[in-house]
Amino acid sequence: MMNQTLNQTPKIELRTSPHIKSGRTVEQIMRNVVWALLPITAFSVWQYGLSALLLIVTVTATCLATERFMNRVMLTGNTLSDWSATITGLLLALTLPPSYPLWMGVVSGFVGIALGKFLFGGMGFNVFNPALVGRAFVQAAFPVSISTWTPAFAPGRFSGLIPTTLTAPLMTPPDIAYWAKHALDGFTGATPLARWKFENVLATPQDFLTGAVTASAGETSAILILLCGGYLAARKFMDWRIPVAVLGSAALLALAFHVFSPVRYPEPSFVLLSGGLLLGAVFMATDMATSPVTPWGVWIFGGIIGVVTVVIRYFGGLTEGVMYAILFANSLVPMIDQYTQPRVFGSLSGQRKGKKA
Amino acid sequence: MNLLPGKNPPGNWAEFLEGLWQRNPVFVMVLGMCPTMAITTSAINAISMGLATTFVLAASCWMISLMRHVIPKEVRIATYIVIIATFVTVVDYGIQVISLSLYEALGAYIKLIVANCLVLGRAEAHAARNPPMASVINATGMGLGFTLGLFMIGGVRELIGMGSLFGISLFGPHYQPWVVMILPPGGFFVMGLWLMVFALVRARRDHGLAAQTQGG
Repeated sequence: MMNQTLNQTPKIELRTSPHIKSGRTVEQIMRNVVWALLPITAFSVWQYGLSALLLIVTVTATCLATERFMNRVMLTGNTLSDWSATITGLLLALTLPPSYPLWMGVVSGFVGIALGKFLFGGMGFNVFNPALVGRAFVQAAFPVSISTWTPAFAPGRFSGLIPTTLTAPLMTPPDIAYWAKHALDGFTGATPLARWKFENVLATPQDFLTGAVTASAGETSAILILLCGGYLAARKFMDWRIPVAVLGSAALLALAFHVFSPVRYPEPSFVLLSGGLLLGAVFMATDMATSPVTPWGVWIFGGIIGVVTVVIRYFGGLTEGVMYAILFANSLVPMIDQYTQPRVFGSLSGQRKGKKA
Repeated sequence: MNLLPGKNPPGNWAEFLEGLWQRNPVFVMVLGMCPTMAITTSAINAISMGLATTFVLAASCWMISLMRHVIPKEVRIATYIVIIATFVTVVDYGIQVISLSLYEALGAYIKLIVANCLVLGRAEAHAARNPPMASVINATGMGLGFTLGLFMIGGVRELIGMGSLFGISLFGPHYQPWVVMILPPGGFFVMGLWLMVFALVRARRDHGLAAQTQGG
């Protein structure tokens, strides 16, 4: 009876927010991020050759396969088509050293998607960036392999593989210090950050801009990362405030240290260009599921990442701190969001929710 | 559930199985997590820790059960702790005699059996209310269940973390150790995985039971 009368009344649609929709889908955003990652991936392959290509393909394929497998196990629908696993795979591969054994890449891809994403409930529910979870796991599991570096632009990089790439599963990769020395004259086997920290040798900005440094597969091409990030920001697929906050806070803190002691601490440009700070700031800190949504929260989030990165680099035992800085800030996101809620339109300032009825 | 119908509830066998499987201290009650995380870096460590705990558990439950009518209610916890500490001291010296290297590997965790909530929990919940025989059987079951749980974690951690089981290398000299599995996070990973496995099994079983009752 009641229902009938209700149904007969003129139609008024009642819905919960959001009421205004932008017409953007998750799939569209993710696909654009993949496009933005492709030039960086291509540069990495050109720089490190076949081994990097194989690593990127393997890790991405593992992520996709794990995604499909977890879809089956957890009885969710097929989520391969939203491209998010592709992004995780590409980003993860780009943060690994090009000489990384493929089987370890498979481990990191599996852990990243299964543990970092699906055990939290899948896309959108993950607390931590899945790619970084995968990388953190293999960094803790195989600490030697993840800090074994090979020279960029080695001659013959397209005709042969780095000896460690095809290590048999579960086996220790061979020592490649000898191979790397012969692959490129004067190769030291240390990243610019490690050389600064342990040998007090600074790399020049030119080295960074041309990619002629030792590093993870995708973190050397500063210009490309900025261009691709700029594309995403311009099309509003990415919150530009996060990378700006990350880089700005890191640069400010580095500048303060540099002014305090120019001999001990490098210039801010070194801090910005070395290691994975650019890649992390542009592509990992901006992951929509693991960054804050409030306007102020975004700045705080980025600021924490920048400061923690510099602190780890300067005072920690590790040479690089971007990964842990982002994971740490990820864990703070719910709190940041809660404390930076904007004032609801129409409510008095200084009056908190629930205090006065 | 009732495994031996006809006997006085609960039968000895059910009493024993309660701790070993149905209410396994590690995977069902999730008690005694401190040694579970800290000691299970290898299968042999896990089993020795489990057996040491089993001895303390069985012996102290027996003694507490014997004295259950004598102990004043107001000071019972203190009394239990004194009794437990006595047997922990026995185990502490015992392991030192049997193997000094094992004693050093287990470190402070032998002495910390005193503070293991499983031991005190059993004393309070079971031994103080049951005759000596029943409480010894129950405590032994609990202790062996604890040992089994520790072994299931320690075995996996040693297998992945060092490529060996009971110190015997399984994958040859070139095996790449997964350092993280020997470190504390590895304990949480493996514990979480086992809990997940048991939750899945339980869900399957409940699902099956529901289907059966509906069908019948």
